[in-house]
Amino acid sequence: MIRSEIIKNLIPVISDHFVICNIGLPSQEMHMMDDQATNFYMLGTMGLSSSIGLGVALAQKQTVISIDGDGSVLTNLGTLPTIANNVADNFILLIIDNGSYGSTGDQPTYAGKKTSLTAVASACGCENVIECQAEDAVEVMKNAIDSKKMTVIVCKCESGNIPVPVITMDPVVIKHRFMTELAKRNA
Amino acid sequence: MSIDKKIVDDFVKNKIELVTTVPCKQLAGVIEEIDACKDIYHIPSNKEDEGMGICAGAFMGGKRSAIIMQNTAIGVTINTLATLTQYYRMPLPMLISYRGELGEPVACQVEMAVHTKALLMQMNIPTYHFHQQSDVEELNKILEYSFMSNKPVAILTDASFWGGY
Ligand SMILES: [Mg+2]
Repeated sequence: MIRSEIIKNLIPVISDHFVICNIGLPSQEMHMMDDQATNFYMLGTMGLSSSIGLGVALAQKQTVISIDGDGSVLTNLGTLPTIANNVADNFILLIIDNGSYGSTGDQPTYAGKKTSLTAVASACGCENVIECQAEDAVEVMKNAIDSKKMTVIVCKCESGNIPVPVITMDPVVIKHRFMTELAKRNA
Repeated sequence: MSIDKKIVDDFVKNKIELVTTVPCKQLAGVIEEIDACKDIYHIPSNKEDEGMGICAGAFMGGKRSAIIMQNTAIGVTINTLATLTQYYRMPLPMLISYRGELGEPVACQVEMAVHTKALLMQMNIPTYHFHQQSDVEELNKILEYSFMSNKPVAILTDASFWGGY
């Protein structure tokens, strides 16, 4: 199973929640399959999906899911100690770990070699770290949402991509509709 | 009132509720005040671009945020400032220790100091330079300006402002 299939399977479970989508293909896949105000698409800044998601979660009560990748987490590895030490129980970090930089042509990452992001997250002090296979992603995500505990999910899958259109929506529109919907739900 | 307390009071007055910091010797006092302030959630970050991501998230979640960092961080955060903070039009007050200015004992700090204003100017980031203690009187208006305009602003605070080393 590849990332786009995991995202497709997850949509019924995460569609109702606020989702920060990583730059490149994860954002484009979410945009193609389930575009809505609760999605924040990152058009730049590789690595910051988890940081943005943590910020949103700390600022308000709704559940926030950051969809990240192994390559992006490696880019911003300092995020894991920050997440561990600033617990937001409405925050879920989903790391789709295909062992490659998918958006740039599937170059291998160290996460697909000797480095275990699950072990790294635990060593950083994250308390609920779950590694799963792609087939179990939906069940694990359901449980994480229901647990109301900050959770880091490392979902292992195969690398590979489907063709998806780029996002042409204006960034200010993406921000505005996300913020408006979030404020509405918190009101 | 200490200068550290005055800065944090202005943050609170402008409804800043989340502040991320990457430390600097010059900023130790103000970071301590931020940490002690009950109206502000203090979240230290490990790198300044990470901190800007947290600030962007907090802003979208409805809380005003700010970052405290060294001027060396401008070299680290250009991409984040351009493609996150500016591209999505978000406010971000940046209280920056301006290392490498007059009185600096560490030569290497000068190497980024000479690029700091040029980089900020290239980025079209409104930039204010606090050199004398009385310059702090302008902070409130600078913070208002950032939130009014939805733009990052830089407040460079040099060694003379902080009373030397
Ligand atoms: Mg990957």
